[in-house]
Amino acid sequence: MTFRIPFARSLVISGLVLLLTGCLGEEQAWNAKTIDGMLPDLEFTLTRSDGETVTAEEYKGQVRLMFFGFTNCPDVCPATMAKLTQAIKAMPEELQEEVTPLFVSVDPNRDTPERLGEYVNFFYDRTVGLTADEPTLRKLAKRYRTTFGYDEPDERGNYNVSHSAAIYVFDGNGNARLLLRPDLPTDQITQDLVQLAGQARS
Amino acid sequence: MNWNLLLPYDFSPLTILAYLLVASGYIVALKALPGDEKPGPVRIFAFFLGLLLCYAVMQTWFDYYSQYMFFIHRGQHLILHHLGPMLIALSNPLPILRYWHRQLAPAMGIWALPVRWGYNIVQQPFIAAFLFAGLVYFWLWPPVHFNAMLSRDLYWVMNWSMLLDGLLFWWLIFDSRSPHDTPSLGYGKRILLLVLVAVPQMVLGAWIVFNRGMVYDVYEVCGRAWPMSPADDQLIGGILTWIPPAMMSVVGILILIGRAMKDDRPRPRHRLAEELTP
Repeated sequence: MTFRIPFARSLVISGLVLLLTGCLGEEQAWNAKTIDGMLPDLEFTLTRSDGETVTAEEYKGQVRLMFFGFTNCPDVCPATMAKLTQAIKAMPEELQEEVTPLFVSVDPNRDTPERLGEYVNFFYDRTVGLTADEPTLRKLAKRYRTTFGYDEPDERGNYNVSHSAAIYVFDGNGNARLLLRPDLPTDQITQDLVQLAGQARS
Repeated sequence: MNWNLLLPYDFSPLTILAYLLVASGYIVALKALPGDEKPGPVRIFAFFLGLLLCYAVMQTWFDYYSQYMFFIHRGQHLILHHLGPMLIALSNPLPILRYWHRQLAPAMGIWALPVRWGYNIVQQPFIAAFLFAGLVYFWLWPPVHFNAMLSRDLYWVMNWSMLLDGLLFWWLIFDSRSPHDTPSLGYGKRILLLVLVAVPQMVLGAWIVFNRGMVYDVYEVCGRAWPMSPADDQLIGGILTWIPPAMMSVVGILILIGRAMKDDRPRPRHRLAEELTP
């Protein structure tokens, strides 16, 4: 009777330790959260800001940074955009070309392709603006375990949109690798991106 | 009404199969049982209500909101870990279990033994209480919670582990067999277990409620179902972790006190005699 409890506890603890080391047992150190194997590979069919339909294949070999937002976004999206731009521009120049940010607008009612194009170019001209009809966007969001929702519009027709604040990082093969939380410092994003883009080169 | 809301958000064939098996297993046994062993309509209703509640939070649009709102996720676990299993255990499905045991035990042969051992280990009272409260802590541990909400596989493991553990625990508590004539757990011990699991859940819930920072940022990272203030979401979620589970324990204790009073019997004479002689 007396030895049973510590035994069970030690079982649980060793289980926890295993789980932890499983999570942390990385060969490389990353600043962002590693999500290897936790999310499916990058796959989408969306409309680009120039009106073309594009798939993930289009940017194969590139480190792709996918994130969700809308152009009327008051704070989160511009901050993310600015931070990402800063992080990428701090990379060595030859590696900058290995990185493609993908901005997916989840507000197709207001974000026309033209408007999306202007918006992303304002921040960083290598950013690809993407959108689609709502059902397609819902499917994409579900695939990456995220969602978005709309507030009731006010009298001027403005409404708020809830969406993921994270950036999903996929390597050149389209494998989900990192999740950048919004509070991750810019220099740490740069470090991770350099490491990831460098891997793709070697 | 939008009937689509009754369809699964994340369709899981295994889950649906499991629920179908349990429901049809219950009905088959019910029909086969002799009249005096058959559960009455109230018990049948309680069983299917519990089953339906658990199914609804796993395989309807409720699951969508559970994935993207912390407080709804807490509501989901309240049903999977407490309310649903509690109703199922209270419905006393013992005759049904006995029926299937009679049917399946011979076929299982040697395999029945390890299953029984495993069952006895997880139903050891302290292990059961530790597992019950421990699972709540484990899945609400912020890094684990983040992964569970991000990885689809882990999310399913989380929900199923909560449901199975809930069933085991509440069955231990509400076992209909009297401890006077069977080795089932004594009423005092059952009440003690209910107190033991309530306290850590209350502490955790209170910690979430009074935490000023953001404890579970995964809902911020992955987007909410609608634009709701993260602080409100966390507050309501914390309250749902704190108050209702404690109330469930109180309800459980009241039921057990009622049973213990009904089941009160004079102590066997020989024991009384032993006590009287110094």
